[in-house]
Amino acid sequence: MSATAQQEAAPGGLWSRISLGQKQVIWAWGFLAAPLLFYVIIRFWPTFQAFYLSVTDWTLTKPASFVGFENYQRLFNDPLFWQVFRNTFMYLILGTPISLLISFVVAYYLDRVRFMHSFIRALYFLPFLTTAAAMAWVWRWFYQPVPIGVINDVLASFGIPQQPFLRSTSQALPAVLAPAVWAGLGFQVIIFLAGLRAIPVTYYEAARIDGLSEGAILRRITLPLLKPTLVFLVVFSSIGFLRIFDQVYNINTNDPGGPLNSTKPLVLMIYQTAFSSYEMGYAAAQTVVLFMILLVISLVQLRLMRDR
Amino acid sequence: MRADAPSQALPMSRIKPGRIVAWTLLFIGGVIMVTPLLFMLSTSLKDASQVYDLRVIPEAPTLDNYIEILSDGRFTRWFVNSTIIAIIVTLSNVFFDSLVGYTLAKFRFRGRYIVFIAILSTLMIPTEMLVLPWYLMASQFGWVDSYWGIMFPGMMTAFGTFLMKQFFEGVPDDFLEAARIDGLNEFTIWWKIAMPLVTPALSALAIFTFLGNWTAFFWPLIVTTSAELYTLPVGLSSFAVEQSIQWEKIMTGASIATLPTLVVFLFLQRYIVRGVMLAGLKG
Repeated sequence: MSATAQQEAAPGGLWSRISLGQKQVIWAWGFLAAPLLFYVIIRFWPTFQAFYLSVTDWTLTKPASFVGFENYQRLFNDPLFWQVFRNTFMYLILGTPISLLISFVVAYYLDRVRFMHSFIRALYFLPFLTTAAAMAWVWRWFYQPVPIGVINDVLASFGIPQQPFLRSTSQALPAVLAPAVWAGLGFQVIIFLAGLRAIPVTYYEAARIDGLSEGAILRRITLPLLKPTLVFLVVFSSIGFLRIFDQVYNINTNDPGGPLNSTKPLVLMIYQTAFSSYEMGYAAAQTVVLFMILLVISLVQLRLMRDR
Repeated sequence: MRADAPSQALPMSRIKPGRIVAWTLLFIGGVIMVTPLLFMLSTSLKDASQVYDLRVIPEAPTLDNYIEILSDGRFTRWFVNSTIIAIIVTLSNVFFDSLVGYTLAKFRFRGRYIVFIAILSTLMIPTEMLVLPWYLMASQFGWVDSYWGIMFPGMMTAFGTFLMKQFFEGVPDDFLEAARIDGLNEFTIWWKIAMPLVTPALSALAIFTFLGNWTAFFWPLIVTTSAELYTLPVGLSSFAVEQSIQWEKIMTGASIATLPTLVVFLFLQRYIVRGVMLAGLKG
């Protein structure tokens, strides 16, 4: 909009003498000026600052001074970090395949259904529109022992023993993961549906004329042609599970990440290091490690899926 | 985009038993998906004595929980905070992301590619890594506990810019040339000619931005300290902690936080589903 000002300031002067191409360049940079300023101040500068803070001993009270790789050394020698590292990957390793398998099966059959198609699709999609922090409380209530918790009540009515869920170090992580998978399913179903619809009908017709069975059509036509969709969803949902926080924080507010840190993901560790212990430098090192993990996982997945 | 028509892959002209089984299983799965929402709503309509009665239709439905929680004033405040913040951030993204996306798609100038790559590269940086510098920035400039403090990190996004660039590339140059010959300035050409041609993408971007900010928890939790400035998710979280085991109150709060998006969806299902498909495929 600076270009507009120039235009008005010199109606018959400079502006009319420069070429159309030059005007275009001025307009372009005029449009980009404010956004670029934003990206420099709010994105690029903080990125460098995060790397810098990770090699300082900054706490909120004391100014930062350079300590080299001390924070990283401390982190890699911290048993809590390795526990958290393991948890974070458990969310990924369980969450991504389970959610993609369910959503693909749902989308595959939903694609052929006409009767009440958009109603059924809406049932699967609704949880995607919910607030994770709110839903964590609903699930937390579900997981309570009898007579409060719905799940244990149902189990009891079938004569199945009570499950501790959030109170058990082995069951808590899957129990925290369930609402995350549940909430993300609708999005994945919609994306799979869009991918399935992008496959030309003629391919199916030709396959059927050739006498291919449904299973063969799925393996040889549907799945290969769905690969771009699959790559997108694998990378997208993996990043989501590696960054899980809202559900974990809300489902156990007495001891976030508990019991005994068995559900604590890296983002929660970062939050607690920064805003409970105020060890900002140490927390910054953890954010850099998170960045590295996300980067490596995304690149590995893209590489693996492109080759196949 | 056949967003609402099932695919033609397998016409259902013949009703086979297998189809009926598949439909029934899909339907049951769908009902299971909304069960948590039904229980949440149902419990919010029960009084404390009925909470342990797990029937989905309450015996004596009451709005007392809603009246009590809303008359307390805090939820109204958080609701207003969330709404204002989500609307402003959405407007900002719709404006700036499409302006930048348009510039990168339709102008030829030196440095265009570098600008594009630079903006795109910010997609690789997770928010969590920027949160500490943002917090530092917010406390230095006195933005902690303010709308601006909650909003500033999301005023523009690389995702939105990339999405809009993709769509503006599909706008024919002839349209823009014709407007240029008519003597329109570049800003008017973008706003009056190009923008109306990409409304599906704009609504997709608006839906995603609004939903993302409405449900956002991590950053608002960090940057707000006084209850007046909480957003709905952060407020609900603090409210639920203080209610401890009064589940009917917590479910009422959760319903207040969740219902608006669900109601909007019921009216705009077609557009929202199409928007998600567009953003997912092109984004």
